[in-house]
Amino acid sequence: MSKDKKESVIESSIKRKYKLQAKDVKVWYGDFMAIKGISMDIKPNKVTAFIGPSGCGKSTFLRLFNRMNDYVDGFKMGGEINIDGSNINAKDINVELLRKQVGMVFQKPNPFPKSIFENVAYGLKIQGLKDKAFLEERVESSLKQVALWDEVKNDLNKSALALSGGQQQRLCIARTLAVEPSIILMDEPTSALDPISTAKIEELIYKLKDKYTIVIVTHNMQQASRISDNTAFFYLGELIEYDKTNKIFTNPEKEQTENYITGRFG
Amino acid sequence: MRKIKELVIERGLLLSALITIAVTVGIVLVLSIEAVNFFSEVSIIDFLTDPEWTPLFTDKHFGILPLLSGTLLTSFIAIAFAVPVGLSISIYLSEYAPKSFRRTIKPLLELLAAVPTVVYGFFALMVVTPFLQSFIPGMSSFNSLSAGLVMGIMIIPYISSLSEDALHAVPNSLREAAYGMGSTRLQNSFKVMVPAASSGIIVSIILAISRAIGETMIVAIAAGQQPRLTFDPTVPVETITAYIVQVSLGDVQHDSLEYKTIFAAGITLFIFTFLLNTISYRIRKKFQEKYE
Repeated sequence: MSKDKKESVIESSIKRKYKLQAKDVKVWYGDFMAIKGISMDIKPNKVTAFIGPSGCGKSTFLRLFNRMNDYVDGFKMGGEINIDGSNINAKDINVELLRKQVGMVFQKPNPFPKSIFENVAYGLKIQGLKDKAFLEERVESSLKQVALWDEVKNDLNKSALALSGGQQQRLCIARTLAVEPSIILMDEPTSALDPISTAKIEELIYKLKDKYTIVIVTHNMQQASRISDNTAFFYLGELIEYDKTNKIFTNPEKEQTENYITGRFG
Repeated sequence: MRKIKELVIERGLLLSALITIAVTVGIVLVLSIEAVNFFSEVSIIDFLTDPEWTPLFTDKHFGILPLLSGTLLTSFIAIAFAVPVGLSISIYLSEYAPKSFRRTIKPLLELLAAVPTVVYGFFALMVVTPFLQSFIPGMSSFNSLSAGLVMGIMIIPYISSLSEDALHAVPNSLREAAYGMGSTRLQNSFKVMVPAASSGIIVSIILAISRAIGETMIVAIAAGQQPRLTFDPTVPVETITAYIVQVSLGDVQHDSLEYKTIFAAGITLFIFTFLLNTISYRIRKKFQEKYE
């Protein structure tokens, strides 16, 4: 975010404490109310997991943070989403810039039908960066961060579609890292992957939180308990419980949460 | 009873498939035999290199080049006009336009291909040519520019509709990836969608070219009937198809050499469209493999 001189001391202290803030957020698709008034704060450099049964609104809620719902037909939103203290739905917000700051990794690996190099360099190239040495260096460092460099360093000009599913997903993460976002949203990033690839990605997420704020939607309860610091349980468009992951999985306050994590429904 | 019914239906379907194949084989055979007859009287080298095509005159020349240049010139003008327009429409409909607008406008555009070509021909001759003449003094009433442009209008839906289908078939996950990376709509369209749909777009363009090369009525009416080896778009030319019409309708004697020229011209045309169709088939097959 820009270091605006006008920022007050109070605002910047909020920033340190909370990276993302949702204030009474409501979402409608046409007449259907998908999110029924959720407020929550997400801390920087932590992994926050969103869990809940299908259709509970967790993915919709995640996609509010980079405004990916904007293109959905009939989408309407109420309330406020703040990143570093500023409202991302304000009129003067540049959505493209927002998305460079808030990267996203999707459920199904979705590399572009281009070479491995072009995939990672894409975000930089659309910003108009052309310096070859810089691009090469950034591609290498991004691929190293996701532990893919050694596997692909001799094949950078090969099509990304030739990689395995797990490699593609790590490539997609590298593509996101290349533009140096501060937040990474992950929408069930391992649900289409085998256990070994899943383990690699989980390890990666764990390492990435030093530099990034990570919010991850997952259907896999073990995954949430393994990799997240905080967990939020969603049900029917509402935030039922949000606490330290440890607490949610060992001693939840609400009965609904307990029923869900013990597998009694969902 | 039921078995017999099934058998009848099965045989019936097989028969209709066989009839189609038989007709195709028949056409190719007739074309080839008559063309071979023709080439037994005219050397194939003359046919390919002679710059004049005057089989109906006393001083006969059998060079296909003037007809070929007429065909390629009108088709080139049509394609040069239809590709940018058709592609813009397809990108707009697939990546920008609201869904409801897309649903209304697409069938309307496809109507352009349903207008009888003779209407287009007269439109070119009576409307477009006088209009162009007001800008280009000395332009002939029959010319390849006007015919080519109108042919371009006719083939726009081939490009816009098929390209739009190709763009629409690109998985939505790629669109999300592009927007998620902070692409603008323009960057999404040209850096991700068009490359991802490129094979489908190329196929649509090839089909449009093949339609333009085979188009008869518009060029027969508006481009003139004077075989001429030129790339000047303001003078009358004659395309292969227009020549075939001219001879078929005229009083040329059957089995004469003049009559056989239309088969030589026809097989040239056939080779062109056959090649284009083969290329587009290959590309389409490759495209299917990519997303399976």
